[in-house]
Amino acid sequence: MAEYLLSLKEKIGITVEAEAIRPDGFAGKKRVQIEALPVWQGPRKLALSEFFDVEVRDGASSGPAETAIIIEGDLSRVKRIGQGMKEGKIEISGSAGMHLGEEMNGGDILVKGDAGSWAGMEMKGGSIHILGNADDHVGSAYRGSWRGMTGGEIRIEGSARSALGAGLVGGRIIVAGDVQNFCGIRQSGGAIIIRGSAVRGVGAEMNGGTIAVCGSIRQFSPGFVFAARDNDPVIGEERLEGSYSRFTGDYSLGKNVKGTLYCREG
Amino acid sequence: MAAINTAIIKNGHIFDPLNGINGDVKDIFIRKGKVVASLSGAEARDALVIDASGKTVMPGGVDSHSHVAGAKVNAGRLMRPEDHYKSVRAKTDICHSGSGYTVPSVYKQGYDYAAMGYTTVFEAAMPPLEARHTHEEMRSTPILDMGAYLVLGNNWFVMRYLKDGDIEKAAAYVAWMMRTHKAYGIKCVNPAGVENWGWAKNIHGLDEPNIHFEVTPRELIRGLAEVNEMLGLPMSLHLHANNLGHPGNWQVCRDSLMIPSGLDPRNKSELVWGETREAAKRKQSVYLAHAQFNAYGGTGWRDFCSGAADLARYINQVDDVVIDSGSVPFGPATTMTGDGPAQHDIYMLTGQKWSNTDVELECGSGIVPFVYLKGSAVHSVQWAIGLEVLLLIDDPWKTIMTTDHPNGGIFTQYPLLISWLMSRKARDDTASECHKWAYDRSSLGGVDREMSLYEIAILTRANPARTIGMAWSKGHLGAGADGDVTVYDIDPNGLDVNDSAALRGKFARPDYTIKDGGVVARKGEVVAAPDGRRYYCRPYFDDSVEKEMMSDVKDWFKYYTVGFANYPVPDKFLKNPVAIQVNRPIEAAAPTRRG
Repeated sequence: MAEYLLSLKEKIGITVEAEAIRPDGFAGKKRVQIEALPVWQGPRKLALSEFFDVEVRDGASSGPAETAIIIEGDLSRVKRIGQGMKEGKIEISGSAGMHLGEEMNGGDILVKGDAGSWAGMEMKGGSIHILGNADDHVGSAYRGSWRGMTGGEIRIEGSARSALGAGLVGGRIIVAGDVQNFCGIRQSGGAIIIRGSAVRGVGAEMNGGTIAVCGSIRQFSPGFVFAARDNDPVIGEERLEGSYSRFTGDYSLGKNVKGTLYCREG
Repeated sequence: MAAINTAIIKNGHIFDPLNGINGDVKDIFIRKGKVVASLSGAEARDALVIDASGKTVMPGGVDSHSHVAGAKVNAGRLMRPEDHYKSVRAKTDICHSGSGYTVPSVYKQGYDYAAMGYTTVFEAAMPPLEARHTHEEMRSTPILDMGAYLVLGNNWFVMRYLKDGDIEKAAAYVAWMMRTHKAYGIKCVNPAGVENWGWAKNIHGLDEPNIHFEVTPRELIRGLAEVNEMLGLPMSLHLHANNLGHPGNWQVCRDSLMIPSGLDPRNKSELVWGETREAAKRKQSVYLAHAQFNAYGGTGWRDFCSGAADLARYINQVDDVVIDSGSVPFGPATTMTGDGPAQHDIYMLTGQKWSNTDVELECGSGIVPFVYLKGSAVHSVQWAIGLEVLLLIDDPWKTIMTTDHPNGGIFTQYPLLISWLMSRKARDDTASECHKWAYDRSSLGGVDREMSLYEIAILTRANPARTIGMAWSKGHLGAGADGDVTVYDIDPNGLDVNDSAALRGKFARPDYTIKDGGVVARKGEVVAAPDGRRYYCRPYFDDSVEKEMMSDVKDWFKYYTVGFANYPVPDKFLKNPVAIQVNRPIEAAAPTRRG
């Protein structure tokens, strides 16, 4: 396993767009090559070394799958880390900025802090694990599109905000904490499990896939119809404990909708 | 340093159908932006010389029906951010940045058309109230020469006059409207039907009166076609027929085309005409828009099939119809028309996001994003129909190749359409990737016709120019024509039409796009971005009738939300305007100069 260590030099002002930080782009490269990778700050194209100290550990060059990037510091103002990555690993000790792992195809990202909005937007495979909280639009579709994440897994140990899994087509998103509005809006496949509570708009206009909310939903979407009562339902590999009401919807979208919404009873 | 806009294109194989030149090796001379028979020795020494030996030379491409400017196009841009974020073009020293795939920004549109060898593009639908916006966007479009057709098929004033049988006042009104909004031609969209859409209804038969105005599509088509010839506009009535997009609509379409039959096409514009061997003035009294969407058979989506062969049978018998194809090259599109109810139908079919606008006393419009898929039965038949309407109509001078951009597909797919028209094998290859309905529900599989480069030149420049009355300066390379030339890296000798990928690449990125004698694009890259011209017509009608008409207009103007003084498009909205005087009284007509 080749390891690349990036340490943030100092606090970042204007946000930096760093889609160059991905294992496929690092694999087999020497330190000077990594330092020269281009990133954007506003309209300026700069070298990665402008913001990071680069260290190569276990430099034995190997393929992207055997490449890990370890980043230290608060990266909440660094966007697009791991965008489009296909394999390998990224580990961030602090927080990550917007568009983390956007459109990734494979590989793993671990964020020990929080993640900004659009994490895993339209991702196709691989995994993102966020130990802190996440912002809006996690695993969602780009603005205007109704085709969001199609595969892979996003796990959030904290809470997320609105439009989580918007337009979800495949894959799954598991949130240990709460979400806010419109989680799974326009969902057509895949699964969303919220261990905590949701505010409103859960599954609005969904026509496929599954959402489970283990806490409470403050304002239930009106287009869902009660289907059955299930005990300890299993969604994919996840088993939910307790008694759940199963609904079908969202009938506000049409007659032949196949979305499933589980809500914990009591 | 070459003299400005003076050029010699040497030894190319010229395809200039309006002059009957079919691949002959000749030189083209351009002096100060205009094609000339020859240059003097001194001029030739200073001219830009382009060696086109072993290459195909055509007049600059002309798109006579494309949605590229105005409120509807811009609404399409606004409601489709997902169409933009992956289709971007960076700023260069001479080019503006831009974005958008099916609905590009005006800058990107201009560059992309020019890079593909097109120099003239006409906006297909300009609602009168949105004329300012349309002109603003045309003003910002680089390189291209443009104009726009005024949507009048559901206009309250037109409907009232035609219901009353007052064709003279209708003509005076149309003339005034075209001058007021600086429009080029008359567009008629779903006549009588869009008005009904205000009450959530449509119209399905040509003799069905609409609500309140009680005027029928037949009366509107006939009336506007008559007005068109009374005024003597360069272009004929441009018709978007009723029942667009409905299975079985080919009959209504054919019957609509019969309505103006027998009218004498008269072009009473004051222009200096470039030299052509073929007649450069239009022969048609009706120009049907996007035939593909109006050539459907069957009675519903289950027995949906092509009606193109039936429609083509009629068009093959007559000489007064021209169509553009509105072909479907598959892939993303954004459907946008002034046909509000048709757009609602698409929304109900797809469940996609939908926008709808009612344009006060004039018309309406709708927008729905769309993706044409090879795996879809219906889309595969639409693909076949879009090629059938071009291949089954025998005379290429009755057809124009378009995608009705961005309805059937985007204009940058034109090279793909050309590859299908030129090669049966290319069609068979695509059909084998499509749903089997493509060939089962159409006659395309039995069509052997393969178009020549000469026919492609007719479909993509000569005929669009002639049909819209622009062949005085566009669509040919005779002396006096604008120096708009496209040089493709295609050697007509030994051309393998079955190598689709190579052919597409060559049509997509011509060696040179020359506009007014200056190179604007080279191998698909824009190298110069001059401003184009904006054409519009200034038709005249009887003064006394116009006075009476104006008092009606002022009276009825209370129904508008705009003030009368703010209605016209001021001159400052146009860059390089070219006003074409039409039907001017003899005493008023002084010699006009060409712009």
